Amino acid sequence: MWSWVLHRITGVAIFFFLLVHILDTALIRVSPEAYDAVIGTYKNPVMALGEVVLVAAIAYHAYNGLRIILVDFWPWATRHQRQLWWGVIGLWAVTMLGFAPRHLMLAFAPGGGH
Amino acid sequence: MTAIADPRAPRAAARRKGPNLEKWGWMYMRASGVLLIVLIFGHLFVNLMVGEGIHGIDFAFVVGKYASPFWQWWDVLMLWLALIHGANGMRTIVNDYVTHNGTRRVLVWALWLAAAFLIVLGTLVVFTFDPCLGFDAETASDLIIGICG
Repeated sequence: MWSWVLHRITGVAIFFFLLVHILDTALIRVSPEAYDAVIGTYKNPVMALGEVVLVAAIAYHAYNGLRIILVDFWPWATRHQRQLWWGVIGLWAVTMLGFAPRHLMLAFAPGGGH
Repeated sequence: MTAIADPRAPRAAARRKGPNLEKWGWMYMRASGVLLIVLIFGHLFVNLMVGEGIHGIDFAFVVGKYASPFWQWWDVLMLWLALIHGANGMRTIVNDYVTHNGTRRVLVWALWLAAAFLIVLGTLVVFTFDPCLGFDAETASDLIIGICG
């Protein structure tokens, strides 16, 4: 049940981010200054942590989505759906161990800002 | 003595005519999901993991990316697939939790309207974007002169 609850929560969160992200990118068509001002807010430390949370949500939704596909189409996976969920968590952890340090180092890099 | 409906009783008579849209929706979520993993993981890697990461993202960065039809199509494909996937997922959630039929229909309509608006907006932005449109060295900022001058 928790795999399903998390899939929904991450899905809703990603959906709302997507709405905002299309609007902020659309600012390239307004003016360079407008785009740079708004995209600049993504570069502050609080948002850097928010981006880690966003990527964590995306990675979980992606891997659990693959698990759902396997469970739907492959009888072996249907029988082992519980073990596969731990595989999802494992892959997610590996992804975050790769992403989070690199992203945070870049985001908090001295002189890496404007 | 039937105070409540049978648990498996359908809310409305099943639609018999036309294609089974729920089945196509189910297929779409899986097919688009697999493609979106490739597109979004690639998007995140190129924008956040390479070079300066997030500090490298500014107007000039987008100019560089959208100079290439490859990234234009990458982003437009991602836009269409993700918004339809997201709106359909939200529709499923609305259908599950909103019990008042009128409210439910309004919310589902709002979802598709928002998705359609953002798909049109995003597609137009990607394909009509030209940083040098109406370039005038007299009035342009240094940034634009650097790109178009």
